[in-house]
Amino acid sequence: MNLITPDTGLLFWMVLIFGIVFFILAKWGFPAITGMVDKRNEHISESLRLADEARERMSHLAEEQKALIAETKAEQSRILKEAAQARSEMLAQAKADAQAQTADMIEKAREQIANERETALRDIRRQVALLSVDVAEKVLRAKLDASPEQQALIDRYVDESRSSN
Amino acid sequence: MKRILLIIMISLSSAFAKADDLDIGNVIFDHVLDSYEWHITEWKGKPVAIHLPVIIIDHGIHAFNSHKILETGEYGGYHIAPEGAKHEGKIVRADGTKPFDISITKNVLQLFFNAILLLVIVLLTARWYRRHDALKEHPTGIAALMEPLIMMVHDMAKENIGEDYRRYSPFLLTVFLFILFSNFIGIIPFFPGGANLTGNIACTLTLALFTFFTVNLTGTKHYYKEIFSPDVPGVLKPLMAIIETFSALVKPISLTIRLFANMLAGHIQILCMVCIIFILGKYGPVMTGGGTLITVLFGIFLDVLEMLISFIQAYIFTMLSSIYIGMARQKAE
Repeated sequence: MNLITPDTGLLFWMVLIFGIVFFILAKWGFPAITGMVDKRNEHISESLRLADEARERMSHLAEEQKALIAETKAEQSRILKEAAQARSEMLAQAKADAQAQTADMIEKAREQIANERETALRDIRRQVALLSVDVAEKVLRAKLDASPEQQALIDRYVDESRSSN
Repeated sequence: MKRILLIIMISLSSAFAKADDLDIGNVIFDHVLDSYEWHITEWKGKPVAIHLPVIIIDHGIHAFNSHKILETGEYGGYHIAPEGAKHEGKIVRADGTKPFDISITKNVLQLFFNAILLLVIVLLTARWYRRHDALKEHPTGIAALMEPLIMMVHDMAKENIGEDYRRYSPFLLTVFLFILFSNFIGIIPFFPGGANLTGNIACTLTLALFTFFTVNLTGTKHYYKEIFSPDVPGVLKPLMAIIETFSALVKPISLTIRLFANMLAGHIQILCMVCIIFILGKYGPVMTGGGTLITVLFGIFLDVLEMLISFIQAYIFTMLSSIYIGMARQKAE
C-alpha cells in the first residue's frame, strides 16, 4: 500500500518546488529562449522568402536583358537596312540628277551651237553676198555698165545661190 | 532467447524459494520506496549513508536528524511504523496515527537536486540567448543541447493548443524537462542520482494536478458547456454531464498512474536484473559466471530501454497535457 499512497510530505515539497521552478523558468527561462528561437525562425523564413524573390527577380532580369538585347539587335539591323536603302536611294537619285543635268547641259550646248552656227552662217552669207556684190561690181564695172538688165541678172543669181543654200 | 528466459525464470524461482538470508522483495522495495536516509554504499561493513533531517509539523515544528530515530526506532514520542502497520516505514505518533511529515527524505533531496539542476541548465541556456544574437550565431554549447528539446515541446504546444500557446508553453516545458531530468537521474545508480522520484506516486500526482488545474482553471466557456451541458437530447443531458465530469477527473489520474507505473516498473526491472547476480552467487562459480554474463547483458539492455522509456514517458505526459489544454481552449464553432 505504501507504494500507491501519495506521501503528504513529498506532495508538499513537490508542489512547493515545482511551483517555484515553474515560476522562475516561466519568468526568466523559457520565454527568452523560445522568443529568440521564434524570432530566428521568422528571420530565416523571411530571408528565404526574400532570397526567393531576389532569385525570381534575377531570372526576370536576365530575361529582360535578353529581350533588350534582341530588341537592340533588331533595331540595329533595321537601322542598317534603312541606311543601306537610303544610301542606294541617294545614289540612284544623284545618278538620275546628274544624268538629267548632263542631258540638260548637252541640250543647252547643242542649242547654243545651233544658234551660233545660224549666226555665223548669216554672217558668212552676208559677207559672201557683199563679197559677191563687190566681186560682181568689180567684174561688171570693168566689162559693162550698170545696166538694168545686168542688175536683174545679178539679183537672180544671188537669189539662186541663197535658195540653193 | 527462449533458453535465456528459461534460465532466468528457473533461477529466479529457485532463488525466491531458497534465498532465506537474501530477501529480494525487501531489497527491491527498499530501493524504490522513499526513506529517511540516503544509503550510498557500504564501506568496511559499515553503511555509508546521508542521514536526512526529519521535519514534523505536529503542534509546532519538530526537527531532528533521522539517524536518531533510525537507530533506536523511536525518538521524541515518534516511532517508525512496523511492517504490516498502516503507515509502514513512516514516522508515526505513539498511537499509530501519522503527523504532517515534511521531512527531507531521499526523494525530497533528489527533488531539490533535480530542481536546481533544471534551473541551472535552463537559466544558462536562457543566458546564452540573452548574450548572443541568435539571428547571427547558431547556438553553441548548452544552447545547442537544450534548443531541440525546448523547441520540440514549444512546437508541440503550438500544434495542440492553438493561438494562445505562448501562455502555456512555459508550463509544458517545465513539466517536460522536469520529468525528463528526473527520469534520467533516476536511472543513474549512484549518488546523487538513483532515487525513484518519478516512480513515486506523490510526484506524478502533483504534476498531474498542475495539469488538471491548468486545464480546468483556464478553460473556455465552450469547454465548460461541453462538460456540464453537452449538446445532446434532453434526457441524455444529465447522463452525459456525469460522464464528461468523470472523464475530466480521470484524466489527471491516468496521467499520474501512467508515469508512476512506467518508471516504477523500469526501476524494479533493473533492480531484479542486478539481484539475480546475487541470487546466483549461491550456486557455485559456473552458475554465477554464466548467469552474471547474461544478467549484465540484460541489465544493459534494460538500462537502454529505460532511457528510451524515460524520454517517451516525459514526452507522453507533456503531449497529453498539451492536448488536454488544447481541448479546454477550444472555442465554439
